Amino acid sequence: MPEKKGVADPKKRKNVYVMQLFVTGASPNSTRAISNMKKICEEYLKDCYELEIIDVYQQPSIAIDEQVIALPMLIKKAPGMERKLIGDMSDKPKVLKGLEINALNL
Amino acid sequence: MKTNSSTKQKQHNKALSTLQKTPTGISGLDEVTGGGLPKGRPTLVCGEAGCGKTMLSIEFIVRGVIQFNEPGVIMTFEERAAELAVNVASLGFDLEKLQADKKIKMDYVHISRAEIQETGEYDLDGLFIRLGHAIDSIKAKRVVLDTIENLFGGLENEAILRAELRRLFTWLKDKGVTAIVTGERGEGKLTRYGLEEYVSDCVILLDHRVVNQISTRRMRIVKYRGSLHGTNEYPFLIDSEGIAVLPVTSLNLDKETTSERISSGIPSVDDMLGGKGFFRGSSILVSGTAGTGKTSIASAFADGVCKSKQRCLFFAFEESPQQIVRNMRSINIDLEKHIKSGMLKFFGARPTLYGLEMHLVAIHKEIQKFKPSVVILDPITNFISIGSLSEVKNMLIRLIDFLQGEQITVMFTALTLGDLVYDQTDEAISSLVDAWLMVKDIEANGERNRGMYVMKSRGMKHSNQVREFVISDDGLELIEVYVGPDGILTGSAREAQILQEETGVAIHNYALSRKDREIMRKRQVLEAKISSLNSEFESVEEELNKVYEEEELRKQILNKNRQTMQSIRRGNEKNDERQNSK
Repeated sequence: MPEKKGVADPKKRKNVYVMQLFVTGASPNSTRAISNMKKICEEYLKDCYELEIIDVYQQPSIAIDEQVIALPMLIKKAPGMERKLIGDMSDKPKVLKGLEINALNL
Repeated sequence: MKTNSSTKQKQHNKALSTLQKTPTGISGLDEVTGGGLPKGRPTLVCGEAGCGKTMLSIEFIVRGVIQFNEPGVIMTFEERAAELAVNVASLGFDLEKLQADKKIKMDYVHISRAEIQETGEYDLDGLFIRLGHAIDSIKAKRVVLDTIENLFGGLENEAILRAELRRLFTWLKDKGVTAIVTGERGEGKLTRYGLEEYVSDCVILLDHRVVNQISTRRMRIVKYRGSLHGTNEYPFLIDSEGIAVLPVTSLNLDKETTSERISSGIPSVDDMLGGKGFFRGSSILVSGTAGTGKTSIASAFADGVCKSKQRCLFFAFEESPQQIVRNMRSINIDLEKHIKSGMLKFFGARPTLYGLEMHLVAIHKEIQKFKPSVVILDPITNFISIGSLSEVKNMLIRLIDFLQGEQITVMFTALTLGDLVYDQTDEAISSLVDAWLMVKDIEANGERNRGMYVMKSRGMKHSNQVREFVISDDGLELIEVYVGPDGILTGSAREAQILQEETGVAIHNYALSRKDREIMRKRQVLEAKISSLNSEFESVEEELNKVYEEEELRKQILNKNRQTMQSIRRGNEKNDERQNSK
């Protein structure tokens, strides 16, 4: 995958990150996950991401379709392979690794 | 050691019913647990791979729907819903239809460590939501989580997982659903990840053991909080109708008895047993060496039972049913017509097909289905090949126990090979049975004949004699043996003796009649003599009489002449008158 390198470049519009963040209402983990995720996105993927936040309590059937078990869970739909991340997104290096964001230029 | 826990348990429950139970509908399991699983609480079912955990849980859900109208949720972590549906379709469970009817909801939880990156604190709310949604959507009363331990493989953070599992089981209790959680057996522990820590109300351990190349499934209630339960290992069977657990054993001897009699099917055997046959509900052992007609006796019994319009169940462990039917036709016992009329049912199985316990379960099941009044097991000897003597004895005790409770008469046949086995088989179970017929070879004069003894027959007058047991084209018969000067005579020796005696009688008779005739002749001669003497006597008498008469006559004439002469001499007419008046 040649596009992998330099994904962080905001000008490459085709590498838009499409992500869904599943949370459960306003639980501590969920709020932390939302704020952590927003921070990461603003920092590394500025103008280059779509983050949809879904409250599983409101849509329980989606939990079955997406095989949701542990929450909060982030699903990266694009680009590339679909990846799942669980947790409150506090472990930033792991989040970046999971999202395949090249964080070497940190 | 087996104890009488199940009955104790029932009595206990009657006195104080504190814990409500959810019946599983699985035959036998409800008896072992004293009514079912703890209502509204989770139960852990653990065991090694392939021991029937999933089967038990699915059956719990399906029977819940079918028998108790309690909808259920199956959450599977191993098999996809479709795969599961195919797997249990062989039991006649149509999961697809039950799902369409909104009686069952299935949810396949897939989790794989490779696909998931953990990035901090999390919880299992997703699982709770899915489960909660499934329960609420069909108002489920029963839940199965099979096998929740797979989560340990999918998630790294064990601390979170354990906390969440604890929360899950509490949550399930709050929901008021009766749940089965399955878990794989771990080394030295009931489950690999110690699920028993969280599920503390009821733990059922399933086991699958292979002894002597024969596998037996067993079940044990490890714990059941708030309820007495059977602590034994109970064998169970998974067959085309699902799981069947055998609730053994109540060894208390308080069975009802009857003095009703049941014919042995052979009139002469009945005669030996006080003329009426066996007691109903008793157990009968027929033992003998090879080829002594044990199966024939059993078949005659079956025939007699069927003829009296009662049902008979015949377990054939040696010959195939067709073989028995064919062979019995040669001695004029038509079993086929009874099979056709539904009075007789054969159940053929090799003893080595499965373990002793399984046999017992299978026999139980057949008996409960067919409801016979007589059961025949032919022969029990072969069970030795799949279990030790004490195990076989134990199994038979339990079988007899069950049959007596149901007032079913049972006949066992047992092969005795030589003195050794004779001692073993017979004596091991002879103390259990109520009546014991023994067929024995009597070998003499270059031929083998069968002799039958009634070794024992509890509670009735019975013959102490050896009878010769004859199998002929017309059936079975007992003949009183000939006790001659040289001992017991059987077979052709008996025939010869009979002939000999018959000849003797004929000769004797002939001799008698010859003597009779001689006497007759003598009598005739004597009688002839008597009559000639008589006539001689008569003529002599006549001669004598003639003399007397002549003398008299002469006297009279002389007298008259004298008187005439006197009167003439006197010339006196007066004398004439005087003499006339005189």
